[in-house]
Amino acid sequence: MELELKGITRRFGSLVANDRIDLSVAPGQVHALLGENGAGKTTLMNVLYGLLQPDEGEILLDGKAVRFHTPKDAIAAGIGMVHQHFMLVPVFTVAENVTLGIEETRPPGLLDRRKTRRDVQELSRRYGLDIDPDALVENLPVGIQQRVEIVKALVRQATVLILDEPTAVLTPAETQDLFRIVRQLKAGGTSVVFISHKLKEVQAIADTITVLRRGAVVGEKPPSATEDELASMMVGRNVQLRVSKQAAKPGDVMLDVSGLTVADETGRVWVNGMSFQVRTGEILGVAGVQGNGQTELCEALMGLRPAVDGQVVLDGRDLTHATPARRLRAGIAYVPEDRQEDGLIGDFSVADNMVLDAYNQPPFASGINLNLGAIASNAAERVREFDVRTPSPQAPVGTLSGGNQQKVILARELAREHKVLIASQPTRGLDVGSIEFVHRRIVEQRDHGVAVLIVSAELDEIYALADRIAVMYEGKITGIRPPAVPAEELGRLMAGGADIVPMPAPEPPVPEPPAPAEAPEAGTS
Amino acid sequence: MSEPVPPPATGPPEAEEQAARGSFGRVLREAILEGNSFTITVLAVFTALVVGGLINAFTNTTVLHAWGNVFSAPGHAFAQAWDTAVGAYVALFEGAVFNPHTVAALFQQASIATAIHDGYLGAVFSPISETCVQATPLILAGLAVAIPYQAGMFNIGAQGQFIGGAIVATYLGYGVSLPVVVHVVVCVIGGFAGGAAIGWIVGELKARTGAHEVIVTIMLNYVLAYFLTYLLSYRYLMQAPGTVNPITPPIAGNAHLPLLFGSHLRINAGFLLALACAAGIWWLLSRTTVGFEFRSIGKNPSASRVAGISVERNWVLVMLIAGGLAGLAGATVIQGTDFTLNNQSFGTYGIDAITVALLGRGRPLGVVFAGLLFGALHAGAPLMQAATGTPVDMVEVLQAIIVLFVAAPPLIRSIYRLRAARAGGVGLVLSKGWNA
Repeated sequence: MELELKGITRRFGSLVANDRIDLSVAPGQVHALLGENGAGKTTLMNVLYGLLQPDEGEILLDGKAVRFHTPKDAIAAGIGMVHQHFMLVPVFTVAENVTLGIEETRPPGLLDRRKTRRDVQELSRRYGLDIDPDALVENLPVGIQQRVEIVKALVRQATVLILDEPTAVLTPAETQDLFRIVRQLKAGGTSVVFISHKLKEVQAIADTITVLRRGAVVGEKPPSATEDELASMMVGRNVQLRVSKQAAKPGDVMLDVSGLTVADETGRVWVNGMSFQVRTGEILGVAGVQGNGQTELCEALMGLRPAVDGQVVLDGRDLTHATPARRLRAGIAYVPEDRQEDGLIGDFSVADNMVLDAYNQPPFASGINLNLGAIASNAAERVREFDVRTPSPQAPVGTLSGGNQQKVILARELAREHKVLIASQPTRGLDVGSIEFVHRRIVEQRDHGVAVLIVSAELDEIYALADRIAVMYEGKITGIRPPAVPAEELGRLMAGGADIVPMPAPEPPVPEPPAPAEAPEAGTS
Repeated sequence: MSEPVPPPATGPPEAEEQAARGSFGRVLREAILEGNSFTITVLAVFTALVVGGLINAFTNTTVLHAWGNVFSAPGHAFAQAWDTAVGAYVALFEGAVFNPHTVAALFQQASIATAIHDGYLGAVFSPISETCVQATPLILAGLAVAIPYQAGMFNIGAQGQFIGGAIVATYLGYGVSLPVVVHVVVCVIGGFAGGAAIGWIVGELKARTGAHEVIVTIMLNYVLAYFLTYLLSYRYLMQAPGTVNPITPPIAGNAHLPLLFGSHLRINAGFLLALACAAGIWWLLSRTTVGFEFRSIGKNPSASRVAGISVERNWVLVMLIAGGLAGLAGATVIQGTDFTLNNQSFGTYGIDAITVALLGRGRPLGVVFAGLLFGALHAGAPLMQAATGTPVDMVEVLQAIIVLFVAAPPLIRSIYRLRAARAGGVGLVLSKGWNA
């Protein structure tokens, strides 16, 4: 089926989210939509999926104009969508989730579970999805849940599949699996619209790349276009993908972590006797595949999770059992991994979020009185200094784009007096321009003599920032290396150091086995 | 610091300019057109009055009879329905706000002095005074639901906290003997403490064990109601001597809340206390670090925790204050109007408090208006029944319909063809907080 969008325009009040967008997706093609956050990719796809109505323009299927008033219409026309946040019922099985809404019945009106299971198995085999129809969705890893979403669309006979930022939640290995599945779908004649802001992925998977900027199409490129070319189309200028920085001048030990052990409520050990030091004026980058205890490490350093064993010492002060508030006062600036959940209060104004962890300190408070004037002037100043794009400092922070939200957090954390900066996934989900901004700020902090700890799943980010690289695997540091270490070496350490597993090749035949084989061990500990 | 940062293209600049140019007129127009919470609430009340009027008219036998002959006398049928609905509302209004007949009576008096002495002047202001009297506990108990709502908790326990406050206030009222002003103050503080103790239990249980406040408060309502019955069953506890009824001795005259405008009007200092509490809570929520913490944990507990706020400590504090306010509601009823405590004193204040807080959208000023509205409905109901034969229960129906419409903003929006509010609109805000 040939899909064509012609002159699609969609406005939100005075904001033009989509400005006369033309797009055509040939059958059996992977068409990538590349653009920064807020470029209008998701709006366009919501129009296509019937969630939004276009103000102007039309959608053509095989040359015929169609109108989708609801997603139901779009599904009936053969359009499937996998949202960034999955729409699954966690306590249902895979088969039940797939059949939800289009339940097959057999007389006298009973659910035909057998047929659904067969359908899932059939599709799973045809596209090599490797999913068990009887597994409970809540027990499945994110990558597999995403495949369930794909099956949901395929069962509904989707011939155009929209994947909205599909790799945002995936590990590198899962991403490779997804690419394999996308290629098989393509071979089966399904068109795929792949929405992303990650250049490398788009180059790896797409047949055609359409770049969006500020709601309009900037151009169409083949995947052979260079990264620099695509990046500059995305942001409308040449960007530095690498941060320029001088060699570090490490000073005294500022943060000293020794033998830190952290477990969750169920007793599972996530951080297992970790020891490391961060000196003033250096950036220690913690690399590793997500889910190896990085989140728990940061939470323990902030006092959000109790340490079972070990010590955390900041500038000679033992903070092992201190409350989060005391740690903040002791001079830790913290950029949490999940900015919307842990870093900001979406309904609060930008100004309030700027003082979220200093609201009870002078000059923002005297006694229990809030000094609204000081909060407002602080916000105005920080908004200017960090170039936060917001209609006003009183706007709810939840309405800002991801990059601007991150700027709000950085502005807040760096404004407090601090000796250590702990930043977890500091640029996750950000566009190229914002990444550059955040990276420059972090390096600037280092040059001012702050001890910086960066935790990131993005190897590029670790390479760009770190003065020393620590690799985390199953709650332990498998090695600390200088920044010049080759990626293969880091890949080896990230896989536990024992086996020499190269970085995921474009299409490894069976990339799964090593990880699941070792996971149970961690689970039982 | 360094070179200026190039624009990272987050949103079209025209949009930002537009937003920055928001004049008052534009804001007002948008607020009305987009159906923000205030517009929705006003329209919901209006719609409820219309629907209530229809129900009233078409449950009236005279009206139904007239409609039986609608084809022979259509004008009569409509006129009957209109008269019945409007008549009831007029009587309600006269009972709750202002009755023209009392003014006529006032002018027939010989002199102002006799008018005041014989209570004719009082009669003019009596409806509004009754409204304030009825509104007093509703406002206080409504605040007791509204503050936890702001902090992401749902306090169903205003009834239990009300009883806790009433017990302490009553006991101090008849059990001790103190000088004039001191006695009132001691009883009021006792009422606050009694309710706060019940609220504290809820907060402490939630903070320490994770027990959900909805369950705990509902159960404590029963515990307190039966505890009250127990206290009223034994002479050596709180039962009045010389009676077999479950009722306490009357509190001392020194413990009565002072009347504001003489003996002909029941309005008393309790109403001022309620207004002061609303103002105080407004200040607390919007102008203090304590309120900042309350609102933070209500909107996003995990981000609050990361920011160094102790979520658990705030749960306890919120419930302590909320319980205290519900306890104050109990104290004002005992010290302002009832003067004794029986096992029916708590009435439906606990449930009404939830509807008041809902109608007031969890904000102090909103709670005051909602409390006054419901107070007016309660105050006007008896006259409505006496004058038009409309049962007082009609008021309950009206309350229920109001809440129904307030809780369903999309319905109101579709009736009046309003545009949906922008992200995080009315419906979202409600469903988020109340389901916590």
